[in-house]
Amino acid sequence: MTDIPAGSFPTDKTQAAPATKVRGYWGSVWNRLRYDYVTLFCLGLITVIVLLAVFAPWLSPMDPERSSMANRLRPIGHAKFTLGTDEQGRDMLSRLLWGGRVSLLMGIVPVIFATLIGGTFGIIAGYYGGKVNMVIMRTMDVFFAFPSVLLAVAIAGSLGGGIGNQMITLTVVLIPPICRVAETATAQVRSLDFVDAARASGASTYSILTNHVLINVLSPVLVYSSTLVSISIILASGLSFLGLGVSPPTADWGLMLSTLRQSIYVQPLVAALPGLCILVTSIAFNLVSDGLRQAMDVKA
Amino acid sequence: MNEMRSPDLSQVEAQNEKPDAYVKVKDLQVRFVSREATVKAVNGVSFELKKGEVLCVIGESGSGKSVMMRSLMQLHPKKRTRITGEMKIGEHDIMTATDKQMSELRGSTVSMIFQEPMTALDPLYTIGDQIAETVMRHEKVDRDAGWKRALELLELVRVPSPERRLKAYPHELSGGLRQRAMIAVALSCRPSLLLADEPTTALDASVQIQVLVLLRKLQREMGMSMIFVTHDLGVAAQIADKVAVMYAGRIIEYGNARDVLMHPEHPYTRAMLSSTIKDQKKGAQLETIAGTPPDLRALPDGCSFAPRCRYAGPDCFETMPDEVTDGRGHMARCAKVNVVRGLLAFEPGIPAAPALA
Amino acid sequence: MTDVIETAPTSPDPRDRGGPAQPMLIVENIKKYFPIRAGLLNKKVAEVKAVDDISFYVLKGETLGIVGESGCGKSTLARLLMYLIEKDEGHLVLDGDPVGEKTGTSLDGLRRSLQMVFQDSYSSLNPRLPIEASIAYGPKVQGTREKAAKEQARALLEKVGLKAERFGQRYPHELSGGQKQRVNIARALALDPRLLILDEAVSALDKSVEAQVLNLLGDLKEQLNLTYIFISHDLHVVKYISDRVLVMYLGQVVEIGPVDDIYSNPMHPYTAALLACQLSMDPDERVESAPLAGDPPNPVNPPSGCRFHTRCPYVEDVCMSKMPSLGDTLRADPGEHLAACHMVHAGSGHSKAPNPDSRPLPLWQGETR
Repeated sequence: MTDIPAGSFPTDKTQAAPATKVRGYWGSVWNRLRYDYVTLFCLGLITVIVLLAVFAPWLSPMDPERSSMANRLRPIGHAKFTLGTDEQGRDMLSRLLWGGRVSLLMGIVPVIFATLIGGTFGIIAGYYGGKVNMVIMRTMDVFFAFPSVLLAVAIAGSLGGGIGNQMITLTVVLIPPICRVAETATAQVRSLDFVDAARASGASTYSILTNHVLINVLSPVLVYSSTLVSISIILASGLSFLGLGVSPPTADWGLMLSTLRQSIYVQPLVAALPGLCILVTSIAFNLVSDGLRQAMDVKA
Repeated sequence: MNEMRSPDLSQVEAQNEKPDAYVKVKDLQVRFVSREATVKAVNGVSFELKKGEVLCVIGESGSGKSVMMRSLMQLHPKKRTRITGEMKIGEHDIMTATDKQMSELRGSTVSMIFQEPMTALDPLYTIGDQIAETVMRHEKVDRDAGWKRALELLELVRVPSPERRLKAYPHELSGGLRQRAMIAVALSCRPSLLLADEPTTALDASVQIQVLVLLRKLQREMGMSMIFVTHDLGVAAQIADKVAVMYAGRIIEYGNARDVLMHPEHPYTRAMLSSTIKDQKKGAQLETIAGTPPDLRALPDGCSFAPRCRYAGPDCFETMPDEVTDGRGHMARCAKVNVVRGLLAFEPGIPAAPALA
Repeated sequence: MTDVIETAPTSPDPRDRGGPAQPMLIVENIKKYFPIRAGLLNKKVAEVKAVDDISFYVLKGETLGIVGESGCGKSTLARLLMYLIEKDEGHLVLDGDPVGEKTGTSLDGLRRSLQMVFQDSYSSLNPRLPIEASIAYGPKVQGTREKAAKEQARALLEKVGLKAERFGQRYPHELSGGQKQRVNIARALALDPRLLILDEAVSALDKSVEAQVLNLLGDLKEQLNLTYIFISHDLHVVKYISDRVLVMYLGQVVEIGPVDDIYSNPMHPYTAALLACQLSMDPDERVESAPLAGDPPNPVNPPSGCRFHTRCPYVEDVCMSKMPSLGDTLRADPGEHLAACHMVHAGSGHSKAPNPDSRPLPLWQGETR
C-alpha cells in the first residue's frame, strides 16, 4: 500500500487492477450460467432426453412397431408394459423412446439449417442495406405473411409426407424469423464505430463480416434459434398429427398423440404421455434459451 | 492564497444558528451487492441543504455522485442495494418510506431531471400529455386543468410557440427543447426539491448556458432547493451556492461555491482544477492526476486519494482523515489541512517524492 | 502578423513526398448532401446539406482544430475525409497526390496515411475482441503476419502507456474510459499514419483523464511526426491543442485562421458567441443571459443568405438575401484570418461593414488582416 505511483506517462502504474480475474466473453457467460440453477436443471433434462433418444435401440424393452391385438390399451403400471400400450397393443415405453429420436431430430436439424441459411441472408441484408436488404427482407416478408402452421401445412402438403420432406418444410418455415433477427442485429452492429474503424484500416467486407460482425451477431441469433427448437418440435408434431409428417407405423410423439386421441376416454393417462413428452421437452428448451439470453446479455 | 479572505463573522453566526435544513443526509452508505463483489459506491456521505439552496456535487465518473442522488429518490433496485444511514427531505424519512409513499413524493415533493431527456420522456405520448398526466395524478385535477397547466409550464421554461409544442412528440423536438420539456415535466407539481443529474452535459455549450440560466431563474422564483450533479466545474460555478466534491464515495471537500472553486484546499480538488484545460499555454505539458480512481470493490485503507496524492505521507495510507471545518463552513477531509486563523489552510509540509513526473 | 505555424519537422520523414511546403492534406470543394426519403416509393423529399462546399488545407506537422455545434457537419466531414462515406463532390489531395484518381494515391494508400480516433463510447471497440486483437487487426488486413502484428500491437500498447502483458488480453468493458481511449489511439497508430483525425477524442472523458490523453497526444505527435485534425466542441481544448482553427456552422466554414487570432479577435459573430459561451470558474462571473439564443437551425432547410442570420444580433437585410463569401481558403496564407460575414467585407452592403477607404472595423476592435 505504500508504493507511491510514478508518472502517468509513459506507463501508468496505478491503473487499477480488477479484483476479478480477466475472462473472455464465453468465460463470463459460463460464469453467469453456473449460478442459474433453473437453466442448469433444464440443460440436464435435455441431456437426459437426448441420451434416451440416442440409446433407444438398446434401452427400449420391445420392438416399438410390433402390435398385439390381445394387449391393446393396457394401463400404466402394467406388469409387462410399464407405460401401458397403445390402441394397437404396442409398448408405449419403447414407442416413446423411439419417437423421441424422430421428434428431437425434427426439433434440432431444421433449426440448425434455418440458422445457417437465415443467418447468412440476414447478415448480408443487414450489412449491405439498401437494395440488397429490400430484396431479401421483402422475400422473407412474403413467408412471414402466413401463420407458421398454415405455411408448414401448405408446404408439407405440396411436398408430401416423409421425414426428409418434413425437415425441408420446417427449415423453410423457420428461415424468415431467424433472418429477421440476424438482420436487425447486424444493422445495429454495422452502425457502430469499431466497424468504421475496421473499414478505415482498409479491411474487405468479408473480413469485417467474419472478424467483427459475426461474433457480435452470433449470441442474439443463437439465443433466438434455441427458442425455435421447441417451436419446431411442436410444429413437427402438428404435421405428424395431421398426417403430413412421418407415416405410420414409425413412432413419433406427434403422430402418437394423433392416433391415441380416440382412446382418450379409455386410457386418458396413456393417451396423454406423448403430449407430456412434447410439453416437457419444449419447456426445457425454452427455459434454456431464456437462461442463455440472460447470461449472454453482457454489457460490454 | 488565504490573505484574500477574512473570516466573515456574520456568516459564522449564520452558520451557528442553523436554520432548519430541508434536506438532511447523514452517514449515507450505498453498497451494490452481487455474487462476485460488493461495490462500495457511497461511503458515509453527510450534508444538509436549506430551502432555496443549490448544492452542486462535483466528481468524476465512479465517484458515487449520481448513486448518492438516486438513493434520495429510492431509484436503486432494492434487491441488490444495501443502503444505511439517514435521509430526510422535509418531514419525510426516505429510509423508511414505503413504495406508495415514495411514488407520492416523487414528482410532487422531489423531482428529477436527467442527462438524456429521451430516456426520461415517453416517446409514445405528446409533451402535453405527459405534463398533464403528472399534474392530474398528483393534484387530482381534471384533464382541462392539466392541459392548461402544461401550457403554463412550457411558457415558464421558455419553449417558443408552446401551443404547438404541447402536441409534439419528444422525437420531434431538438435537444435543447427536449431538455426544457423534461424540466417542465419535472416542475409540473411544484416540487420543493429538484435533483439534476448532469442535465446539461450532453448539450452544446450555447444551449447549455441557456438551460443553466433558465434553471437558476426558475429555482429562485420557485424557491426550490436543488441538488445538481456535474463533472464540469464551470457549470458548478454558474449555478451552485454550495459545492461538494466527491471522491470514491465520500465528500472530500465542501463549502460555499466561491470558497471551494476559487480557494480549494483538498489536494484532489486542487489537482482537478489545475488539470482542467483552460488557457494553458499551447503545447505545454498539462498537469494530470497520476493513476486512476480506486476500485470501488476494493477500497484502500486510509485516504482513498492517497495513492494518487503527491503530498501523501505514511499516515495518509493508514487512517481515513477526519473532516476539518473552518468558521465559514468550508470543510476538507485531508490530514494536511488545518484551520489557521479561522480559515482552512493546506499545509503539505515538504512534499514527499512527487507523484507526478 | 507572425506565422504561428511550426515549420517542417527537424528530421526529414522518409514517407514525405511533396516536400515540407506541400500541405499534408488539401480538401477541395467537398460536398455531401444526404437525401431524406419518404413515402411508399422512397421518393427524395428533401436533403440535409451536411457538408456544403468546404475547402481547406492542413499543413505538415500542424494541428487544425475544427469547432462547431452538434449538427454542423463536423463528424460528417471527418468521415468524408476517411472515405467512410462517399462524397458527392470534391477532391482530396494527400501530400501532393490526388486521392482515388488514376495518377494519385490509391484508397489503400490513403488509409495507411490517414487514420481516425473515434469518441470513446461503448461502440468504439469491438466488445468481443481482446484489445490486442483490435489493434492488430488493421496491420493484419494490410498483410502483416499474425505474429508480427501481435508484437506490434503490444509495442503500441506500451507506447500509449498501457502495460501490454497486463492489458493486452483484456476486453473493452474491463477498461476505464481513459484506457479505452488510449487503445483507440493505439489502433489508429497501428498503420503508421501521418495524419490523425481525432473526432471528439477526449470529449467523453473526465477532466483529469482528458489532460492525460491530451499529454499523450502531444508526445505522440512529436515522436511520430504526426499531423492532427482535432474535432471538438470544447473550445478550451481546441485552443490548447490547435495551431489553426476552422469554425463550422450548418455545413459551411464560417471562419478560419490562426488560433490566437480567432480567440482574441473573432471576426464572425457566431465565433464570438461560441467563445462567449465558455463558462468561467468564478462564481462571481455568472452569465446572466445566454449569448446565443435558440438551437442551431435544422440542416434540412438551411436559412437563405447567411445561414447564421436567424440567430445573429447584427442581422440586416443583406444577410438574409446574400450568402457572404469566406474567400479562397486554398490560396490563403496559413497566417491569414478569413470569415464569411458581411460585416468584415468592405462594400458588402452591411452598415457595419468597413468603409473601403478606412481600414479599422467598428465592431471588433483591432485589425483583422
